[in-house]
Amino acid sequence: MAHFALSPRRFGYRFNVVGMIGFAIILFWALIAIFGPFLTPYPIGEIVDFDYFGAMSSKFWMGTDYLGRDMFSRILMGARYTVGISLAAVMISCVTGVVLGMSAAVIGGWFDTALSRFLDALNSIPSKLFGLVVVAAIGSSIPVLIFTLAVIYTPGCYRFARALAVNINTMDFVTVARARGERIGYLICSEIFPNIVGPVLADFGLRFVFIVLLLSGLSFLGLGVQPPNADWGALVRENIGGLPFGAPAVMFPSLAIASLTISVNLLIDNLPQKIRDRSVV
Amino acid sequence: MANLVEIRDLKVEAKTDSGRTVEIIRGVSFDIAEGEIVALIGESGSGKTTIALTLMGYARAGCRISKGSVLFADKDMAAISEKSRASMRGTKVAYVPQSAAAAFNPAQTIMEQVIEVARIHKLMPMDEARVRAVDLFRALALPNPDTIGSRYPHQVSGGQLQRLSAAMALIGNPKLVIFDEPTTALDVTTQIEVLRAFKSVMKKKGIGGVYVSHDLAVVAQIADRILVLKNGEVQEIGTTAQILSAPKHPYTRELLGAFKPASYASHVKAADASSKVPILEVHDVVAGYGPLKSNGQPTILALKSVNLKLEQGRNLGIIGESGCGKSTLARVIAGILPPFSGSVCFDGKELSADARGRTRDELRKLQIVFQFADTALNPAKSISDIVGRPLAFYHGMGGGDREARIDQLLDMVHLPRALKHRQPSELSGGQKQRVNLARALAAEPQLILCDEITSALDTVVAAAIIDLLKELQRELGLSYVFISHDLSVVQAICDEIAVMYAGEKVAQMPPSAMGSQDSHPYSRLLFSSVPKLDPAWLDSLERDPELVRAFSKL
Repeated sequence: MAHFALSPRRFGYRFNVVGMIGFAIILFWALIAIFGPFLTPYPIGEIVDFDYFGAMSSKFWMGTDYLGRDMFSRILMGARYTVGISLAAVMISCVTGVVLGMSAAVIGGWFDTALSRFLDALNSIPSKLFGLVVVAAIGSSIPVLIFTLAVIYTPGCYRFARALAVNINTMDFVTVARARGERIGYLICSEIFPNIVGPVLADFGLRFVFIVLLLSGLSFLGLGVQPPNADWGALVRENIGGLPFGAPAVMFPSLAIASLTISVNLLIDNLPQKIRDRSVV
Repeated sequence: MANLVEIRDLKVEAKTDSGRTVEIIRGVSFDIAEGEIVALIGESGSGKTTIALTLMGYARAGCRISKGSVLFADKDMAAISEKSRASMRGTKVAYVPQSAAAAFNPAQTIMEQVIEVARIHKLMPMDEARVRAVDLFRALALPNPDTIGSRYPHQVSGGQLQRLSAAMALIGNPKLVIFDEPTTALDVTTQIEVLRAFKSVMKKKGIGGVYVSHDLAVVAQIADRILVLKNGEVQEIGTTAQILSAPKHPYTRELLGAFKPASYASHVKAADASSKVPILEVHDVVAGYGPLKSNGQPTILALKSVNLKLEQGRNLGIIGESGCGKSTLARVIAGILPPFSGSVCFDGKELSADARGRTRDELRKLQIVFQFADTALNPAKSISDIVGRPLAFYHGMGGGDREARIDQLLDMVHLPRALKHRQPSELSGGQKQRVNLARALAAEPQLILCDEITSALDTVVAAAIIDLLKELQRELGLSYVFISHDLSVVQAICDEIAVMYAGEKVAQMPPSAMGSQDSHPYSRLLFSSVPKLDPAWLDSLERDPELVRAFSKL
């Protein structure tokens, strides 16, 4: 356990090193996503090297891709698409899923049955196929991508939240609140939500990773972010031919995806915890 | 006689989440002779189970044995390797847990699980183990000993399951068996059979035992010696007779005192009360669970036509064993479970069957307090949020008024105001139950439904809660409906006692008439089954076998 000078221990919280590392990496990528365009050494669409799959050099920090474009610039710009689209989609799907899931658990009856069957039906459509159809029909743009990804991941989130909420719903304190005459809104916000927020956040992290991966998949099929822009997944796919040569062009976007997804999970599993033992402060 | 167990200066410590170490057991020493049963008694948190577990060389996660020795058959359980401990567990020392239902795997037959110890330790061929198990079933007075092993755990009753878990412990022929509150979850009528079975098997085989319990009367029946614990320290050790008749330590005296609550009658006399409109009337209530049948009746009927009446300022006790429908009745009255037929009248006015159909004022006047204080308080909220919510909800209080009223309410239930900012998990069981009461009082009710509110508490704490209820009644003129399976608690506070059996009210009488010959046979059986603080009680108890058969679920 860490005893940093900046340790939140002073504020009554405990935050371990693993969680801090995860947080630092996420913060790093978030900053890149925001300030990326100011940092790129070369325009992302421009072929700057005569060699393709170029090695790392002082000129091209992360080598060049299959057309001889600068990888470093492309990854900086890719962060914006990967982090932005995934984050927006996971937000929408988690908020919708959790709210609907808690409502279904509390209201029960036909509302629960109807909603559950509808979302089960949605869940039964293969996610890539669904994305393919929607994007092919409407055309690819960032709002469409975000919306499609959100719809694909809402049923899972709903199922998860509903299962948790059903358990909480049978506890005596909820019964007490019902007997007091509380409305559904209060039951959801005040009695149920605070008790499922931990697992819901863990699910949020996992779902974020899934969305990053699905977005990469869609980009590979040509339905994601459109060239010359590219998210990290698309970068891996377009440079996959460099794998036999050990080209940095395929390694670095993979590392970027791995570092982001792993650190999200590390942070979620090691969120700062309130210290309950008050005798030492 | 040689000592089977010698515990010397045992210390167990735990680490809290801020890294602070807390001593749970502070230097306990005692012996157990061969074939002797020693009881560990004390309130929850006194370290009784922790000590019992150290006999297997085990400390729960986050805890460790920091000092001292646990000599078991000349081996120090605290010092030997995990592997040699494992070889002793089940063969030399065995454990019977509190909740047998949770200790059995629902997917395997009982026989498979009972002989598992023999299989793991390769003690004997499986066929021999099966024969031994059947012998044990017979010795533990289980019905159909030859075939009960082929059933699954859900196909036998709670009392039988508890005895089966004893058979599981005894199959490896241990020298010492640890019983961890084995009868606490059972009904009194069932408890007697289980205690008898345990006692006869232990005596016959000459096995030493450690019996962990908070119930002095139960311990009196089975133990040779009693160890009284508090805060991880031994308060008093003595023979059962000495502890019961001549306790030396003040804490032991307190424990004994809490066992015999003074009987009580509310200040409102029956004659005064009968002239007024009764505060609560329940007419022919039929209610149940499960899918509805074609006539609209639920498949499982928990209540079959129950009638009740309670006058203002008086208390009604409802007793009966688990599954008799007492809690269902409370749920119907509170409007949580709408009944199939029948009505509930409050203050002469019929209430809507569903809480959602009742007015806020009707809801306010009738509050309910549940058995499990832990689950009845939202673990994510602070005490002041919990107690303050009814104030905001019913009385529209906010800001400073509300804070002041929360302070008053905490004073009323004798809780320090500093607890306001804590969360429920940071309180003890008794404190949580007080918070529960404070929340009910915040509504300023006229009637409080108390559903087994003392059952999960220690004797001393429960007695204090009962005293608090009496005090509040005097000050606020409340009425209580007091639901419990514990006769002595109900006797301590109620003016009238209703006895329920299988969804019906079989009798209603004042507490003084309990157990008299002309009362209903079931109430007679129930009354005679309550353990007494007399070591000879169990052996001398003779129950009418007809009566036992008629009303027992064995």
